[in-house]
Amino acid sequence: MSAREDTLARIRRNRPPGDHPLPDVPLFPPLVGDDRVAEFGERLKRMGGRIAVPVAGEDPFAAVRERLDGARVVASAVPEIAGNRDLAGVARPQDLADVDVAIVRAVFGVAETGSVLFTQDELRVNAVAYLAQHLVVLLDPADLLVNIQAAYRRPDFARAAYAVLHTGPSATADIEGVLIHGAQGVRSLTVILMPRA
Amino acid sequence: MRIGLFVPCYVDAFEPEVGIATLELLERFGLDVHYPFDQTCCGQPMTNTGCHAEAAATEALFVRNFSGFDYIVAPSGSCVHQVREHLTAIPQTDDVKAVRAKTFELVEFLHDVLKVEAFPWAEFPHRVGYHSNCNALRGIHHARPSELNKPAYSKPLDLLKKVKGIEIVAPSRPDECCGFGGTFSVFEPAVSAKMGYDKVTDHAQAGAQYVVSADSSCMMHQKGCADRLGTPLKFIHIARILNGAAA
Amino acid sequence: MSIEDQGLRETAQESDHGQDGRRLQHAEAATKPVAAKTAKAAREPQPRGARIRGDRPIDQAEAAERFLAAPLHQKAHDARLWDLRGKRDTAAFGIPEWEELRDLASRIKTHTLANLDRYLEEFEANAKANGVHVHWAADGADHNRIVHGILKDHGAKSLIKSKSMLTEECGFRHYMAGTGIEVIETDLGERIQQLDNEEPSHVVVPAVHKTRFDVAEVFARTMGTDPENDDAHYLAESQRMHTRPLILDADAGMTGCNFAIAETGTVVTCTNEGNADLSGNVPKLQIHSIGIEKLIPRIEHLGVFIRLLSRSALGSPITQYTSHFRGPRVGSEMHMVLVDNGRSERLGMEEFWTSLKCIRCGACMNTCPVYRRSGGLSYGATYSGPIGLIIDPTFNKRKYSTLPFSSTMNGSCTNVCPVKINIHEQIFAWRKVLAEEHQIPLLKQGMMKAAGQVLSRPAAYRAAIGAADSALKVLPRFAVYNPLNTWGKGREMPETPRQSFHSWYKQNRMAKQDGAK
Repeated sequence: MSAREDTLARIRRNRPPGDHPLPDVPLFPPLVGDDRVAEFGERLKRMGGRIAVPVAGEDPFAAVRERLDGARVVASAVPEIAGNRDLAGVARPQDLADVDVAIVRAVFGVAETGSVLFTQDELRVNAVAYLAQHLVVLLDPADLLVNIQAAYRRPDFARAAYAVLHTGPSATADIEGVLIHGAQGVRSLTVILMPRA
Repeated sequence: MRIGLFVPCYVDAFEPEVGIATLELLERFGLDVHYPFDQTCCGQPMTNTGCHAEAAATEALFVRNFSGFDYIVAPSGSCVHQVREHLTAIPQTDDVKAVRAKTFELVEFLHDVLKVEAFPWAEFPHRVGYHSNCNALRGIHHARPSELNKPAYSKPLDLLKKVKGIEIVAPSRPDECCGFGGTFSVFEPAVSAKMGYDKVTDHAQAGAQYVVSADSSCMMHQKGCADRLGTPLKFIHIARILNGAAA
Repeated sequence: MSIEDQGLRETAQESDHGQDGRRLQHAEAATKPVAAKTAKAAREPQPRGARIRGDRPIDQAEAAERFLAAPLHQKAHDARLWDLRGKRDTAAFGIPEWEELRDLASRIKTHTLANLDRYLEEFEANAKANGVHVHWAADGADHNRIVHGILKDHGAKSLIKSKSMLTEECGFRHYMAGTGIEVIETDLGERIQQLDNEEPSHVVVPAVHKTRFDVAEVFARTMGTDPENDDAHYLAESQRMHTRPLILDADAGMTGCNFAIAETGTVVTCTNEGNADLSGNVPKLQIHSIGIEKLIPRIEHLGVFIRLLSRSALGSPITQYTSHFRGPRVGSEMHMVLVDNGRSERLGMEEFWTSLKCIRCGACMNTCPVYRRSGGLSYGATYSGPIGLIIDPTFNKRKYSTLPFSSTMNGSCTNVCPVKINIHEQIFAWRKVLAEEHQIPLLKQGMMKAAGQVLSRPAAYRAAIGAADSALKVLPRFAVYNPLNTWGKGREMPETPRQSFHSWYKQNRMAKQDGAK
């Protein structure tokens, strides 16, 4: 018998007795107030991320302009800004190792946690969100969901080959609990609130 | 109401004044308290080590001694927990089940059954740190444990607050185990002692003059640790305070 | 200044304070850094774990004693993990429905486990439909062979992996050491441990038992960093720089699995560093190792588990990365390995099957007062702390027969467990099983038998405790009966009173009341 048949047979043999119905999960009242934008920004900051709200008439990328200007390689997956590394033309993910700044658009954000979601469609090359030194995220405020429960009711998770929630930059506290950003992935994550074109 | 007084083996041997205080306290409320003379132990030393078969005869003796009372009351949360939850090495006859269900720890008996409103004879003008034995806390629900997001309550503190002059201070780790753990204290002595040192240091730093508990077993261990460290803490069972002990 | 140097300087500032300039709290220790009074004290050697001799029962108490003999390490360890417990409390008390969430999580898990065959089949069917290769491994050795086979088929020379307790359980790294394929841990804590040739000590923070001095020593020895520089930022940045080329060069990547969703065939990983996402998205070949108990029925159930996991583990609302791997990237290959290794057997254990609900959050370890003072390595097993006590005997009953006794059964673990495993009750139940099967020391069982005989005979009992002129008649008698008198090692002996209660009662009350039967 194969391991598969063996395991399944043993599971059936050892099935715990009694009734174990699947509970219905209620929709809990959100913990965030009505101002989703403010809540999102607060919680993102608490997780080490940065929030930028562009001022009308000014450079929408003002918050990261210095970073962009100082960058050698910029990979943009969004029409709002041009980079100098074409993600469509990337043969191997490893070719993105020298990217300083990547700009992507989030599918949605989550106010309760300060998270943003990407799938392979937004990232073009999944690895860019981890190989870049800094990540800039465009988020339409209208795409803000209230909490994680709401997020998991979205169809994206059943459709995408890869879907990921980012909440702030890469972090670790493995050495004496000292908080480090840029453990393996991006050193900073900045969300710019920008409606879709 | 016929009360059977259960005095745990280590109270019998080391802290008889706790048994005396419990007896006198119950009598202050006009209760008819009996002390079955042939009682010994609840079986916990054996069941604590997994040796249930070795506990069976002791458990059977407990039931024989305490059949026929309306309530069985003991000044020990851990022993009462053992009786109510783990007296299972013997066949569960109706008699056994009845004895188990009627066994109460002193604080819960005073709080939930007698619903005592006052202890007019009691005065304890000292700063005390309360220690919850873990079985009393999480096993027979003396108070809301710090881990749970539930409304706070504390039966022992409710009673202590009725004592004139008492001042209650809280250690920084309110319900971390003190390290006694029954047989753990002798089979893993280094960790047990360290937990005890930390516990008494915490109480001392909170400003306690006395540590009060509903369980002498923990306090025996903590006192041993405090004395070894030279920490000037005194230890007293809640029964003695509620019965009017001054110090 | 290169952008990387710039990055280091910037993010060192950014790391401690958020955009508002306020000190960030998530995951960061509220404790002060380990400070030694002298340079010599700082060099306190790291206490090593339990001595492992084949299948002989682990002497956890001995290893714990050595841990306690390293006060700098022990104090830092205890403080750091107690801080995580505190953060968990803050997070839990911030959610009114917290206890209801725990209850839901528990019931979703028991339902899934009670129908595990059906959910595994659903998971497999969906994964295959998504273009994933699905393998089944009967045990750890099987898992290692299968993964090795996949790597060989692709001519892989190196493998990067993110943290997976399952792969530790399978002894994967040790197996791979003999194959010529290099395995590189990418999680910082795991990498530290790998370089130090030591097992991880905690399921979430694998190197929590090490001070930064220890880490500096390991990195200096293995990566050529400055042995005098123990700054955590410097050390983390060094590891990042050192590991990055290895990540880029790797032929294959491997992750573990926090949750496996039957409904969609998805593997979910929750990390803070992003290394699971690097492992899964950079190399052309990706492998996910999945313990069969990780199944949950539907995506919507993540709305319960994701809310519980990071809050329980670190007190933060969510991990930095919550990744959902469902299908291979264009041009790459994805494999999933479903591992049994005793789980289907454990399912049939009436008192212990609910330990399969575990989501590896580590909250039980953080709250356990014994664990915090012993260090995870003192248990000599992949899984340490309270959860380890109840699952390790299922892997090797003899070797881990001592572990359920490394506990005071205080019950704090049960209360923090997000899936409501009754850990302390299972510890109690294990003691009964082990005593019945004579897996406890003969001396101990002998003493218990003797105690039981005295305590069940009223006259003998009274004689034992009642002798007024005895030097030190002790109950618990085994305290001095044990020739080593371990009670007295760390504590003063209790005083013996003038008379026992029995004796007092006889003297003062028996005439008044008929107390004797």
